[in-house]
Amino acid sequence: MEINLKTVEDVKIAVLVGDVDASTAPTVTEQILPLVESHGKILLDMTGVAYMSSAGLRMLLSLYRQAAAQESQLVLIGLSEDVKDTMSVTGFLDFFQISDTVEAGLASLT
Amino acid sequence: MTMQRIDIHPTHTYNQFKLRCGKPFPFGATLVPGGVNFSIFSSYATACTLVLFEKHAKAPLVEIPFPDEFRIGNVYCMTVFDLDYESLEYGYRMDGPNNFQEGQWFDSSKILMDPYAKNIGGRDVWGVHPDWNDIYHHRARIAFDDFDWEDDRPLEIPPEDQIIYEMHVRSFTQDPSSGVKEKYRGTFAGIREKIPYLKALGVNAIELMPIYEFDEFENSRPNPETGELLLNYWGYSTVGFFAPKAGYAATGKFGMQVDEFKALVKELHKNGIEVILDVVFNHTAEGNEHGPTISFRGIDNKTYYMLTPEGYYFNFSGTGNTLNCNNPIVRGMVLDCLRYWAAEYHIDGFRFDLAAILGRDPSGAPLANPPLLESLAFDPILAKCKLIAEAWDAGGLYQVGSFPAYGRWAEWNGKYRDSLRKFLKGDGNVGDVAQRLQGSPDLYAPTGRAPATSINFITCHDGFTLMDLVSYNHKHNEANGENNNDGSNDNDSWNCGWEGSTDDPGINRLRQRQIKNALALLMVSQGVPMLLMGDEMGRTKLGNNNTYCHDNALNWLDWTLVERQASLLQFCQHLIAFRQAHPVLRNPAHFQNRDYVGSGYPDISWHGTKAWYVDWSSAHILAFMLCGKHAKQGQVTDDYLYIGMNLHWQAHGFELPQLPSGMQWHVFANTGVEPPADSCHPGQETVLEDQASILLGERSVVILVGR
Repeated sequence: MEINLKTVEDVKIAVLVGDVDASTAPTVTEQILPLVESHGKILLDMTGVAYMSSAGLRMLLSLYRQAAAQESQLVLIGLSEDVKDTMSVTGFLDFFQISDTVEAGLASLT
Repeated sequence: MTMQRIDIHPTHTYNQFKLRCGKPFPFGATLVPGGVNFSIFSSYATACTLVLFEKHAKAPLVEIPFPDEFRIGNVYCMTVFDLDYESLEYGYRMDGPNNFQEGQWFDSSKILMDPYAKNIGGRDVWGVHPDWNDIYHHRARIAFDDFDWEDDRPLEIPPEDQIIYEMHVRSFTQDPSSGVKEKYRGTFAGIREKIPYLKALGVNAIELMPIYEFDEFENSRPNPETGELLLNYWGYSTVGFFAPKAGYAATGKFGMQVDEFKALVKELHKNGIEVILDVVFNHTAEGNEHGPTISFRGIDNKTYYMLTPEGYYFNFSGTGNTLNCNNPIVRGMVLDCLRYWAAEYHIDGFRFDLAAILGRDPSGAPLANPPLLESLAFDPILAKCKLIAEAWDAGGLYQVGSFPAYGRWAEWNGKYRDSLRKFLKGDGNVGDVAQRLQGSPDLYAPTGRAPATSINFITCHDGFTLMDLVSYNHKHNEANGENNNDGSNDNDSWNCGWEGSTDDPGINRLRQRQIKNALALLMVSQGVPMLLMGDEMGRTKLGNNNTYCHDNALNWLDWTLVERQASLLQFCQHLIAFRQAHPVLRNPAHFQNRDYVGSGYPDISWHGTKAWYVDWSSAHILAFMLCGKHAKQGQVTDDYLYIGMNLHWQAHGFELPQLPSGMQWHVFANTGVEPPADSCHPGQETVLEDQASILLGERSVVILVGR
């Protein structure tokens, strides 16, 4: 699991590469949670994530809940068809704003 | 800083696994800070070992015997720290006496599944052939049970307002004609895609045939004629009562069936549709003494099963064994199970397969006051759940009308089915039919049970579909490979002149009319109507009345029928909308056969070819009127309704009862005329030209609205 962080203007972008499962989810949380701030904007670029396990999806929802509590926006970028389908049928997708590309994600932020 | 609990620290070590004495409650495997709490009970075991696997591994990761000090009473409980619980599978070995006649089956060479397993692997993807050499087939896993329900909760639709649609998860969308994405076919996700169809149909509850983990390969065998594999397709044979079937989830291969099913329930609720589970507590998948050892048999055979004095299994279920459900321990498990589904899955109701068994004592004798049924009826968590009994069993106990109800239990009304079927084929008894149409007060009123006690159905998964009911005189079950000996012989069906499908337009018209007659009577009856999946579009199973073993087109719903039977489907949609539009059809209490609101009309009145007069000796002719001012016991005002039924082979004129002045009769439906004139959108009825009488064609039903 590789996580690269960058900032574009007031938007924090985290690029994840690798599978997110029970063994990697805690690392992801550890690195991304500090990005959550009041009225902040976060893009999670998941173009490089081929598989999200149940624990991975829970990590995402937990991040979303903590971002929402601070009125932060969280956008998921570049979900693979498999990840998107899994998230859709298990209900996780209902919570998230998603975009195909980082550019589209940036444009979608208000 | 939150204070640290001291029970996050291990006290014992076994092969580098850190342990601590666990908590006996709750039973099963539970995530606790730092680890997993395992708890299992056995009345007769002398020792127990926890067996841990990595997901899909052939051999165990470790086997940890429970130290003596980790047993409390008959419960073995242990917390194991630092486990990768997402890819963990667990089971148990139990030691103890092994003596057939004593009913003791302990065998520590077997790995046993936790009866409280909330997630079960091993049959992750439907139909994938098992490795028969696997030392552990049905593998207990950990469920997270942290689903984000937001503001969802069970809908609590008043029972009398329910319209139930009975369906089988896989059959509903497995056929390519469903138009569902291939990887979602036959799954919970597939049902979710079809919610718009269910909404357009108008039903507000789906009843799912068993979704608890079962083994489709149980007793699988090749069809002697075709070589095709016959499966335990319907799933009336439970492996684990606390886990949804992985093979019914598109995400079963990732072990995410728990989330997928919850997401379906949440989405159905958003759309105003309740979820009722068909639950099978009368027996398990372990079969008779020749069956596999999966769980219960190896943990506590004598506790979980009803045994003969010689140690054999009683077979009141017709499937090999009988769960000993009035044993206090088993009763506790059933209660824990239903509470779990109600609380954790937001399930709206339960339909209990062969529920009469649940009223038998450990030796099989029917109890006057069965503790299990009483516990369920009075349970605080289940308080708003619908409880529906299939009020008979395979051991000959028939309790329709007399099921121990405690003011709570509804019943599949087998007498409704039988009476309506006879009437439809021209062999009826109008006095009996009249009871069924008004919610079977003869069965339920004397004991103070409401009309909604009666779950009215003409067809269900057992027996003919509605199309087959009017197309076959006899069952045709050869494809089941049992020489047509299986399935019921008492079908009260009539083929309308030819056995099976035909090009004869006259016969096909008559069949359409008969189907519409059945649907019309079902939807105007007091009580709760239940529609079998596909009957709204003329689904056939080619005369097979027991398709429990077929994973093929015999069971898969053919969605091309939506087009091919468009007029029938529209008729059914109209009828359901009509029922929803008219509260007078959905009364919470029985009719009193008198005027108690001062309308000048009794709440219900009976008629024949002459108004206000019924020939109760007739087999074919009956009519009734509902006074709209008595709707919901006078709480709301509705239109007046008149339902005329001519199941005779000749046309008859029916004299209409006079309406209050200023009102006129309008035609909502007439099965005797060709579509689209056979029905209309509720509210768009046209006024009847002759207000004094109406001619009902042969075998037809008319529904009039007075306003």
